[in-house]
Amino acid sequence: MAMLEVRDLEVFYGVIKAIKGISFEVNQGEVIALIGANGAGKTTILHTITGLLSPKSGSVIFNGVEISKIKSHKIVTMGMAHVPEGRRVFAQLSVFQNLMLGAFTRKDKAEIDNNLSNIYRRFPRLEERKNQIAGTLSGGEQQMLAMGRALMSQPNIILMDEPSMGLSPIFVNEIFKIIEEVSASGTTVLLVEQNAKKALSISNRAYVLETGNIALTGKADELLNNDEIKKAYLGE
Amino acid sequence: MISLITYLINGISLGSVYAIIALGYTMVYGIAKMLNFAHGDVIMVGSFTVFWGISMQGFNPVLSVLLSIALCITLGITIEFIAYRPLRGAASSLVVLITAIGVSYFLQNIALLIFGANTKSFTSLINFGPVRLFEGQIIISGETIATIITCLIIMVCLTLFIKKTKPGQAMLAVSEDKGAAQLMGINVNGTITLTFAIGSGLAAIAGILLCSAYPSLSPYTGSMPGIKAFIAAVFGGIGSIPGALIGGILLGVIEILGRAYISSQMADVIVFMVLIIVLLVKPTGILGRKLQEKV
Repeated sequence: MAMLEVRDLEVFYGVIKAIKGISFEVNQGEVIALIGANGAGKTTILHTITGLLSPKSGSVIFNGVEISKIKSHKIVTMGMAHVPEGRRVFAQLSVFQNLMLGAFTRKDKAEIDNNLSNIYRRFPRLEERKNQIAGTLSGGEQQMLAMGRALMSQPNIILMDEPSMGLSPIFVNEIFKIIEEVSASGTTVLLVEQNAKKALSISNRAYVLETGNIALTGKADELLNNDEIKKAYLGE
Repeated sequence: MISLITYLINGISLGSVYAIIALGYTMVYGIAKMLNFAHGDVIMVGSFTVFWGISMQGFNPVLSVLLSIALCITLGITIEFIAYRPLRGAASSLVVLITAIGVSYFLQNIALLIFGANTKSFTSLINFGPVRLFEGQIIISGETIATIITCLIIMVCLTLFIKKTKPGQAMLAVSEDKGAAQLMGINVNGTITLTFAIGSGLAAIAGILLCSAYPSLSPYTGSMPGIKAFIAAVFGGIGSIPGALIGGILLGVIEILGRAYISSQMADVIVFMVLIIVLLVKPTGILGRKLQEKV
């Protein structure tokens, strides 16, 4: 059984149909990429999965539970974390406060502390800047904070929305390395990216979205060599 | 000189009441991004409850105060649930603003129906006498002292609550980014409800202190202090808790000094002039953050 299954999902913005009946699945331990151009509906899909948007029809099943009617803040407690597009760290709060808000739904103090030191180990920059106000961090550091904050909930699956957006090439490489590490440590990853080449290079499988539909799907390495994909998304 | 000190102390005391009321405005604005113009009338409801308890039912003052706080908290939560929550996400924030004004008139008229338009005389709840300093040259009333101390206690407790507790941190998160807060597992609606509860409970306390110092009560008692506290909140920087304290106290001092040295008829004019000048010079208020949301 798939860990996360999206079935015949339709999402509307007012009268505009943004997602036109999409189905896909993510299995335990996989890194799945959703790639596609601006406006294809990638972010809409993630928002619908974590309950920030409600679908018109279709279902989202997470570990066997239908979650499309469950409120966003309850979905987090079920083991799903979402790193939103544009990072959306709490800019006026310190790095430490941001991370602790990531552990908002958890109660075990010792476990949280343990988790925090793991995150500081993975992101040494965050420890150096733990008392700094998050809004003063660079874009790449904010992305790390957003990821660290999401990991503080100890998720089974982490949804990442354009983690490389607006970052310098060095940070882009670093962020993708971290995503691989997160995956290696046992967390399932659903990755939305415009940087298709990078995303495919670390994914198991991918779905290519075009204006609300899945145009193509397959193993990531096959898609990397697909002529159509090369022309449309990899700029080759 | 001696009279200046007396005026300053009275100004700080009046300002403390404004600050306690301003907290309600500023917290609700910070978290729900709306101006709750019915807040002033919650003060009136709080005062009337105490008046009803003590003068009409003969209850113990402590019981009456607790009753008043409980009623105002319930009222605040109910107003939010019935009148404001359905409008959240409405196309224009003007809709909520107009609703809040409607709720304000609704509360005033309910009080008018129950208690009538005549001004009631409110029995002060403070029963320790005035303190005399400098061989009796400065006399500070018990109400003045109680108000200032209450305000300080509230400020300290609220600051600790926000810094040290999870619901407090949730408030900060919601005030910055509701969507991201939800993704952390924070119940945004619950946090907004809590904010209304705290603000309304504080309004009850402010009402009791205000009516103890200025012992008259009518259905319109809350509206002027409500508006002035709103000015205090804007003055200090709306959305900022220390701003509410600073704005409230400055406003109280300006009002009392204006009344004493310039003209007692002009005191309110001066207060409103201060608002206009502050808005012209520093639109975000003394401690205000950059305004990102439209009112």
